[in-house]
Amino acid sequence: MELRSNIPSGPIEQKWEKHRFEMKLVNPANKRKYSVIMVGSGLAGASGAASLAELGYEVQCFCYQDSPRRAHSIAAQGGINAAKNYQNDGDSVYRLFYDTVKGGDFRAREANVHRLAELSVNIIDQCVAQGVPFAREYGGLLANRSFGGAQVSRTFYARGQTGQQLLLGAYQALERQIGLGKVKMHTRHEMLELIVIEGRARGIVTRDMITGQIESHLADAVVLATGGYGNVFYLATYAKGCNGTAIWRAYKKGAAFANPCFTQIHPTCIPVHGEYQSKLTLMSESLRNDGRIWVPKKPGDTRRPDQIPEGERDYYLERKYPSYGNLAPRDISSRAAKQVCDEGRGVGPGGRGVYLDFADAIKRLGQDAIREKYGNLCDMYERITDENPYQVPMRIYPASHYTMGGLWVDYNLMSTVPGLHVLGEANFSDHGANRLGASALMQGLADGYFVIPYTIGHYLASTPQQKVEKGHPEVKRAEASVAERGKKLLAVKGKRTVDSFHRELGQIMWEHCGMGRNEAGLKAALDKIPALRERFWHDVTVPGSDADLNQSLEKAGRVADFLELGELMCRDALERRESCGGHFREEYQEEDGEARRDDDSFCHVAAWEYAGDDKAPIRHQEPLAFENVHLTKRSYK
Amino acid sequence: MNLKLHVWRQQGEKDRGRFVTYEARDVSRDMSFLEMLDVVNEGLIQAGQEPIAFDHDCREGICGMCGMVINGRAHGPRKATTACQLHMRSFEDGEEITIEPWRAAAFPVIKDLVVDRGPLDRIIAAGGFISAPTGSAPDANAIPIPKQKADLAMDAAACIGCGACIAACPNASAMLFVSAKISQLGLLPQGQPERDLRARKMVAQMDAEGFGTCTNHGECEAACPKEIRLEFIARMNRDFIKASLADRGESKRSEGAG
Repeated sequence: MELRSNIPSGPIEQKWEKHRFEMKLVNPANKRKYSVIMVGSGLAGASGAASLAELGYEVQCFCYQDSPRRAHSIAAQGGINAAKNYQNDGDSVYRLFYDTVKGGDFRAREANVHRLAELSVNIIDQCVAQGVPFAREYGGLLANRSFGGAQVSRTFYARGQTGQQLLLGAYQALERQIGLGKVKMHTRHEMLELIVIEGRARGIVTRDMITGQIESHLADAVVLATGGYGNVFYLATYAKGCNGTAIWRAYKKGAAFANPCFTQIHPTCIPVHGEYQSKLTLMSESLRNDGRIWVPKKPGDTRRPDQIPEGERDYYLERKYPSYGNLAPRDISSRAAKQVCDEGRGVGPGGRGVYLDFADAIKRLGQDAIREKYGNLCDMYERITDENPYQVPMRIYPASHYTMGGLWVDYNLMSTVPGLHVLGEANFSDHGANRLGASALMQGLADGYFVIPYTIGHYLASTPQQKVEKGHPEVKRAEASVAERGKKLLAVKGKRTVDSFHRELGQIMWEHCGMGRNEAGLKAALDKIPALRERFWHDVTVPGSDADLNQSLEKAGRVADFLELGELMCRDALERRESCGGHFREEYQEEDGEARRDDDSFCHVAAWEYAGDDKAPIRHQEPLAFENVHLTKRSYK
Repeated sequence: MNLKLHVWRQQGEKDRGRFVTYEARDVSRDMSFLEMLDVVNEGLIQAGQEPIAFDHDCREGICGMCGMVINGRAHGPRKATTACQLHMRSFEDGEEITIEPWRAAAFPVIKDLVVDRGPLDRIIAAGGFISAPTGSAPDANAIPIPKQKADLAMDAAACIGCGACIAACPNASAMLFVSAKISQLGLLPQGQPERDLRARKMVAQMDAEGFGTCTNHGECEAACPKEIRLEFIARMNRDFIKASLADRGESKRSEGAG
């Protein structure tokens, strides 16, 4: 397998413009002759599908939910970064580029990140034009706030519902195209296989989740915008339905999987409170603008927070990282929370929690000001925990939130399977080993609105293809394999539920491939996961049939894939013998507990090639060159 | 605590459906309502029965996918709270709870508590947008928008499209949902060029989908998990009447923007 990144030559700030000129075009009258499949309808999928249809391509879009508006981008709370420099505080495209490369701990591709920073400004323009009601100042201009890993205010927001408003903007653009007949939308359809013919991606096989019908859909190019795989941990801030099946099917059809071990554990989530727990809820990073994080200085201190005097509190982020304070990046903040809890200083039941305290901000600004900024988050916290965060500090703990890893793509966002493009969280390209807050929305929309419309045209214009018929043997084979797999899951008729397997996998992953990883633990996980997978296929029980709505069957297919994907994550984490970003190998740390990167051996992307179910996957490397932001030890002190 | 659940079970659109009673034992007060149903379902699966089908996804009250009528109220007893954010501390030990799908002619039942809310997407597709093709936008700060207007637009934009307003309305009217989008876009300067057309097209689609009309019961506002206000319906009516009058004086050749 060859990893050709196709990064354009020339100075970094001119690469994208030069590339846009050099790419081939499809003339306007010919665009309707080309068809594109878009899987997923979140920020990347909806914006991409709408933009491609506006250009004139025939688009089919798929989502597993009942409406494209439900995609989990909707739950992003805090904001979206853009280098507008409206605050006159020293921001620029170059600074956003620099912050993102450094924030990713030097494991992202410079050229992609620079393009992302350039496009960030267009995204805000586009969204305002669509009617996204961003927060504004009294003068009528757009407001900003700060997010982790940055010393400027460049985050645009719509209360605590930024993802919702951006997604609804993209959804409305998509619905407009559906109304015009340019996009055919397939809701409640799940992609279960990729169709590859003569080495190129030509379609997908889906299951209609209401009728159970297995159908194939063919096109000239396929785009996956199916999100991340963080639900491998079972407990996560993801929606319950989020899954890795689409990218895992693509991986097994030849798409390389890059940096699977780069997962983001978000520092501010509501702690676990019971065994029946089905998901974890994020409390936006924006809260760290005004909330201060602390634990008692003394281990085992069980006093109520208001009984602990100021001098006996440890504001550990402010202490360890004075220049960034409570806005230290996510990987660092999460690890610091784990550390204080490991020391026995955690708060709340089970001792797995730290305080996020608004008392000072309320004293300074008044409760109304805090309510205006974070009201919906505080209400949500209260509904879940039955505690009033205006009176008692919030209790928070890290949880699985995002995956920086994903399918490997080149500069054109094309995977190692020609014709298969990957957008948003589903690809690996822009965030390196750690994503900064408010950058996921930026990447999803940059990929969908402003990258794929150009690069897919280039692919189509330079790739003459024959039409594929539904009777093609490869199409029939793909359909048959999907149908057979469903039958196989139903036929096990064991004793354990799908959820019980998923929960067990999550525990293994959290323990051995979570915030702290080490060789012995990863090796143990690599023993446990195949054994669990074996048990799954012998002892799972999936009631009902494959011919109607069957939520157990849907889950079973996804968990079966997670049981394979989790193993690849551990394998990748084992091979990456360094600490960087969210990947913290306990063997590789500085004396003060900071991550120790090894640029000599690991300044590369690890891209895994599937070699067969009974063979170990092959690890390939794409070297990373840092020509603009020089490799330095990342410091937020 | 222990509860008795009366749950609507229906195999498909053609099945007549019926209530089935289940016991939910050892329920924790800190569980969410959907987690309580998860536990019941795990029990059903282990007993070899089909679990209760219900829609849900984000479980943090924003995707709008979950929705069920709990003891006669859309999303249950707690104000401004979706079913997924409702916690069992809102119930008493020994309580009997009735759980039904959204009931509306325009929302056929797919299975158990799962209904088809496709009509809401079709209303948006008819006109619930601002036509701003990618790449055509001016600078985001080129048009200042008074904060009060932007805030009011955001209040309307908070709608999650769950359909509770329709389930709660005795007429199964979708006017709160439609008015929220018409108000959001009509309040913003970017939404002005298509304002009349939008009102006409969305209302026409709403009628075509078989939703009832508004007779000012106010049940929609009471049930809305995002507290979308009735005043938006007044706004929509104003826009619609104005648009209908304006329609008579417009060139017929200008149609087709949507």
